Amino acid sequence: MTTYRFTLNEEPVEVDAPGMRRLLDLLREDLALTGTKEGCGEGECGACSVLVDGQVVDACLVPVCQVDGAVVRTVEGLGVRRPDGSVALDALQQAFLEAGGAQCGICTPGMLIAARAHLDAGGRTNDDAIREAIAGNLCRCTGYTKIVEAIQLAAGSRA
Amino acid sequence: MTIRTEPRRTSTAPSSPVRDAPEPLLATPGILTPGRARAYPLRREGPAKLTGEARYADDLVFPGAWYGATVRSTDAHARLVGFERDDAFDWSEVVVVTAADILGENIVSLISDDQPVLVPVGGEIMHHAEPLALIAAPDRATVAAARRRLKPVTQPLPPVFDPEASDHVFAHYEIARGDFDAGFADAHLVLEGEYRVGHQEQLYIENNAMIAVPEPDGGITVHGSLQCPYYVHKAMKRALRLDDRGARVVQAETGGGFGGKEEYPSILALHAALLARACRKPVRMIYDRHEDIAATTKRHPAIVRHRTAVAADGTLLAQDVEVVMDGGAYCTLTPVVLSRGALHAGGPYRCPNVRIRARATRTNTPPNGAFRGFGAPQTEFAAETHLNRIADALRLSPLEIRRRNAYREGDTTPTGQVLRESVAAHEVLERAAEAAELEGVRDRTARGRAEREGSGTIPSSPLHTTSARRAHGIGLALAWHGAGFTGSGEVKLASVSSVELTSEGTIRILTASTEMGQGTKTIFPQLVARELGVSSGEVEIAPQDTAFVPDSGPTVASRTAMVVGGLLIKAARKLRARVEEATGRPFADAYAEHGQATGGLRVDERFEPYPGIEFDDATYTGDAYPAFGWASCVAEVDVDLDTGELAVTDVVAVDDVGRVIHPILAEGQVEGGTLQAVGYATIEEMKVRDGRYLNDRLATYLIPTALDAPRITALLVEAPFSLAPHGAKGVGELPMDVGAPAVVAAIADATGAWITALPATPERILAALAGGNRLEPEPESPLGATVDAPIAGGTDPAPEHATDPQPFRAPTDPEERTNGGVRTFDNEPDPDASDR
Repeated sequence: MTTYRFTLNEEPVEVDAPGMRRLLDLLREDLALTGTKEGCGEGECGACSVLVDGQVVDACLVPVCQVDGAVVRTVEGLGVRRPDGSVALDALQQAFLEAGGAQCGICTPGMLIAARAHLDAGGRTNDDAIREAIAGNLCRCTGYTKIVEAIQLAAGSRA
Repeated sequence: MTIRTEPRRTSTAPSSPVRDAPEPLLATPGILTPGRARAYPLRREGPAKLTGEARYADDLVFPGAWYGATVRSTDAHARLVGFERDDAFDWSEVVVVTAADILGENIVSLISDDQPVLVPVGGEIMHHAEPLALIAAPDRATVAAARRRLKPVTQPLPPVFDPEASDHVFAHYEIARGDFDAGFADAHLVLEGEYRVGHQEQLYIENNAMIAVPEPDGGITVHGSLQCPYYVHKAMKRALRLDDRGARVVQAETGGGFGGKEEYPSILALHAALLARACRKPVRMIYDRHEDIAATTKRHPAIVRHRTAVAADGTLLAQDVEVVMDGGAYCTLTPVVLSRGALHAGGPYRCPNVRIRARATRTNTPPNGAFRGFGAPQTEFAAETHLNRIADALRLSPLEIRRRNAYREGDTTPTGQVLRESVAAHEVLERAAEAAELEGVRDRTARGRAEREGSGTIPSSPLHTTSARRAHGIGLALAWHGAGFTGSGEVKLASVSSVELTSEGTIRILTASTEMGQGTKTIFPQLVARELGVSSGEVEIAPQDTAFVPDSGPTVASRTAMVVGGLLIKAARKLRARVEEATGRPFADAYAEHGQATGGLRVDERFEPYPGIEFDDATYTGDAYPAFGWASCVAEVDVDLDTGELAVTDVVAVDDVGRVIHPILAEGQVEGGTLQAVGYATIEEMKVRDGRYLNDRLATYLIPTALDAPRITALLVEAPFSLAPHGAKGVGELPMDVGAPAVVAAIADATGAWITALPATPERILAALAGGNRLEPEPESPLGATVDAPIAGGTDPAPEHATDPQPFRAPTDPEERTNGGVRTFDNEPDPDASDR
C-alpha cells in the first residue's frame, strides 16, 4: 500500500492503495463513484473514460500510481454545482437529454467525458471532428447520430 | 433530420389506401424541426444516467457480498466424469456448488426442459463454456484461485457442428400456399440462390450481471440486468423450489439488451441464487466481457436457399424457400425464432404459390437465442438479396421490381392472412427511394461501372478498374416485421398491466416491462397522462420488481409500446371514468383528493384477443401477426477496389411504426437498429472453431464505432393499426431486418459482385470481385430457362483456410493458459499481478 494524493472532481483526495490497482476499481469500489463503467476491461469500449489532466484515458488501463498528483475528473464532476450544494446538468448533459444522446446509458458517462474533453480543447464541431473525438467510445444503442447532434447542440449553446 | 408524422404521398407513390385512423395521438402533425425535444417529455431516467447516479447491477452495494464464478467446460461434447480438487488449496474458504446441490429441478425453465442449470456428474456436456460447477468466495482473488484448482474430468464424445448434418431437430415448419408446380411451369425465369449468415453477438455495453440475496425466510431476491423479470421468476421457482413470493426479481438499470438479456439472465440468476443459498451471503455474479461473449447466446446462424419463378415483367410466380437454423446445444427460444424467420422468409411480397420449409437443429455450440429481429433478419437478408438478384437478371431496377410485387392492402400472405389494413410497404419504399435520390444515384453508379469496364487490374476479375481505386454504389431493401408475439402467443400469455390511483393521491403505472434504453419509462407515463388529462410528470412508474408489478409479459418482440402500452391506455380510461363518475369532476382536478379520501383505486387490464385475428398453430395458417410494420432502407457504400475495404457512407431508413409516440425515442430506435444491421452486414463476424468462439473479446469481435457508422437519416411513417387503441405497432426490431440486404445490394451496385454470406468482409468482397459470384443471365432468356448461381463455391473464406490458425486469438485466450495438458476456461488476471 502506498499513499497517493490527487484532485478528484475539484476535491483533494488521499488514498492508500496498491500502486497497480486499476484507477477504475479505485473510483468504483474505494471511492464509491460508480458512474464510471466497465464494459470490456481492456481499453476497447471507452465506458470507463475519465479525464486525467484534461486527457481522456480508459480508467481500466491506468494504474493508480499514474494519477499521483494529477487532476482527475469523472462523470460525477461534470454537473454544475449550485450554491446550495445541489448539482444541475451542465450544457453538454442537458443537450444529451434533449437530443436523445443517451439510451441505455451505460456508455453515456464515457461519451460525456470524451465530448467534454473535445469541446474544452476547442475542437471543431463539424460531424467528422466529433465522430473522431468519440471514436474510442462504443455505443450499441444510438447509431451515434443523436450523440453527434447532442455534442453539436452543446457546442452551440456554449458559444 | 425531418420527421413527417403525417403520411405524405410522393408523385411516384401509389395512392395510399384510405385509413380509418384513430385521431392523432401525441405527435403534432406536420414537420418537426430541431428543438422539437421540448414538445415531448424528456427521457424519464435520463438525468440519472447523465450524472452517473443511475445504478446498474454492478453499481449496487450489498455489504458482505461474496463473489461468484462459473467453472465451464472446455469440451464441445463430452461426458462429465467428475471433478479434481487440488488438495493444496484451502477449500474451507470457499463454497462450491454442483448439480447435486440443486433442490428443485435441474432445469432452466423455458420452452423445452433440455438445459440443465449445471451439468450433473455422469451427464453430457453439450457445448464449450457450459456451466459445470459454481464457486463463491469473499474476495475476487480467492474465487479466481479456487476456480483454477477445480478441474472437471471429462470423456470426450463426438461433436456435431454442421446444422445440416445434425439429426436432432428442435423445430420444423412448413408453410404452403397455391399450386407450387404450376408456378414454376409458367416461369420466364427461375433463379436459385443460397445465402448464409453467421452468429451475431448482441454486445450490449453492460455485460450480464446478477446479484442474489438470501432472505431470512428462505426466499431469494435477485437484482440484475435483465429484460424479462417473470422469465427469471419462473426459472427460480422451478430450480430453487420457491413459491411466488419466495422468488423475487428486481431489475437494476439495464445497459442494453437487444434480446441478449431475454432468456440468458435466468441461468445466471439461478447460479447466483444457488451460491447465495450455499454461503448464506449475497453473491455477485458480474460477467466480464470475455465470459459474456464466450458463454451467452448469439443470433442464430442460418442457411437459406431460394428457388424463385418470375414472369418476364418481374412478377413473382412461385417461391420455394428452405431455411436451416443452427440452434446450438439447447433449445432456448429456437422454435419461436425459427417460426418468425419462416413467416418472414418470403419477404413482403405478393406471391400466389409459396412453399417455405424451415428447420432448426442442434449442434455442439453454445446455445443461440433472442437477438433483435428474432429470426427475421436472417431470412429477410436472403429474401431481399435474392429479389435484388432477380431484378439484376431481368434488368429491372430494385425499386421497380418492388413496385410490382410489394404487398398492398387486401393481399394474402403465405399463411393465408389477408392484410386488411396498415400496409405501408409502398409508402416506405417510395419515401426511401425519394429521400436517397435512388434512381439518380443509380444512374451515376452505372456510369462509374461502365467507365471501369474493359481495363482490369484484378486477375480474372469481371470488374475492371482503370485508374479508379474506389467504387460507389447504392442499394435498396424492403422489409416487414410482424408486430408483437407470433400467432397465438399473446393470447396464451394473457398479460396484465395496471394503473393505480394510490392512497397518497398519486398516479402509478405497474408493469413488468423493463427500460433498457428504448424508452419504456418515458412513453408509458406519456400514454397514461394523455388518457387521464394530466401531465406526464404526474404519472409515476413502479419499479420492475416482481413483488410489486403484475406479469405484463416479457420486454421483447417490439410488443411494449403496442401491447402493454395498449393495456395501459385501456386501464387509464377505466380509471378516469371511475374517478369522474364518483366525483362528478374532471379527473385532473379530482384524483389527488379522491385517492386520499378513498384509499386508492387500481385497474388491472388483461390482454384480450384482437377481434378477428386468429392463427392455427397446428396448420400454420391464419393471422400470424395482428399487424406488420414496414421498413425500407437505402444504403450507399464505397468499396476499395484494391483491398476490398468497405465503407457504408449513408443510409436512409424509413420505418412505419403505426403511430409515433415520442419521435426522438422512435428515431433513436431506428438509428440504433440500423447501425446494428450495418454491423451485421459488414464487420460483425464470430469465428467458430471446434464449437468454440475464437474472437470472444471486444478487441477481436468488432462493432461499429462513430467513424464506421454511416450518416443515418431516419424517417418515420404512420400507418396506424386500428385494433391497438393508440395505433402503435412497435419499432424496436423493424430496422434490424432491412439494413444488411441494402448494404449488400449497394456493394453489388458498386462492383457487380453479389455477396451471399454475411458479413461482407474485405476477404469476401475480394473473392467475389475475383469472379465467384457474378450473375450474368441472358437478357432474353427463353421461357423456363434456369439460371443457377454458383453461390456455394469460392466466396466464403472459412476459418480453416486461413493461414494463421487462430487469427483472432487474444493473448489471454483460454487456450494459451494450457497447463499440464488441461485446458481451463479462465480469464482471471494473474492474481500475483493484480490487486483486485
